[in-house]
Amino acid sequence: MTSANESHVAGHHYTTTGLDSRKVAIWAFIGSECMLFTSLISTYLIYKGRSLVGPFPHERWTDPATGRTFNAILNIPVTSASTFVLLMSSLFMVLAHNAVVNKRVPKTTTGERIIGNSKLWLAGTALFGLIFLMFQAYEFTSFVHEGLTIRTNLFGSSFFTLTGFHGAHVTAGVLWLLSLLAIDFKRGLGPEDALNVDLSALYWHFVDVVWIVIFTLVYLIQ
Amino acid sequence: MAHPPTHAPLTNAPHAAGAPDEHQHHPTAGTYFKIGFFLTVITVLEVAAYYWPALVATRIFVPLLLVMSAIKFATVVAFYMHLKYDHKLFRSLFVGPFLIAATTLIGLMFLFGKLAVRLGILT
Repeated sequence: MTSANESHVAGHHYTTTGLDSRKVAIWAFIGSECMLFTSLISTYLIYKGRSLVGPFPHERWTDPATGRTFNAILNIPVTSASTFVLLMSSLFMVLAHNAVVNKRVPKTTTGERIIGNSKLWLAGTALFGLIFLMFQAYEFTSFVHEGLTIRTNLFGSSFFTLTGFHGAHVTAGVLWLLSLLAIDFKRGLGPEDALNVDLSALYWHFVDVVWIVIFTLVYLIQ
Repeated sequence: MAHPPTHAPLTNAPHAAGAPDEHQHHPTAGTYFKIGFFLTVITVLEVAAYYWPALVATRIFVPLLLVMSAIKFATVVAFYMHLKYDHKLFRSLFVGPFLIAATTLIGLMFLFGKLAVRLGILT
């Protein structure tokens, strides 16, 4: 039987499977997050088209009481841009992980030095995550100005809850990335830190795949 | 008597962290760029489909978007999250809950009539 001390060989937390417990834990966490976001997406889809008053996501609506006309509220060009930004942040994240894993591999060309610069890719990922959050803040603000709040109708309630939860996850991811970036600047991240970067990368990519689903189901399907 | 973990490589190398041969078959940076380009192209196609009224009016519009979304989802999970190359336990930890979640979602759509109406089972 393995003792607690021996299971921490070389700073790793092995399970009886030989796999690091932190990586097992992050995958279990991601599995549970699948359930969470499915419940939120299900709620959105069930309530879709059942709002009694506007504004609506894809259709114009005139308020019979005031005569005011509301345009379709979703702004597809803006959301397409934010989707692209999040996809690129996933690319940067995987390049950051790649750079940390190959930190000790000698780099001879400028291209190799750029590809192997973990600070650059970590900063890029965090920056693109922040840009995504700014897009979301802009979207939420414009919706409120156009008359859609979380209390307006079923669409508003389910939409703000779903995308708000996703935005909160992105915020947590950005904070995680910034902490890794701070460590990289302080002492440098090397291959021995690959697992720590891998854990944050898995979380970040999961946030990205959730958005891939939300973008299609909420924004594109009318 | 205590023994070291039987499957854990006693090394400080990065590949010891997750799975025994975790990093041996990972794609290169060039492959990651190609995958990023592929994901961008699919996203452009999705948005283009949204702005194509003749396509939106057809019955294949929604399935087409779902298929493109599923391809993006699977590509990110398989290559960026390395699930294609990782230990099968990680695959199980993700695919298991994902299948439960997807089944629940489809069940709820039938329960509330959304999918039944779209498929023409209910009117």
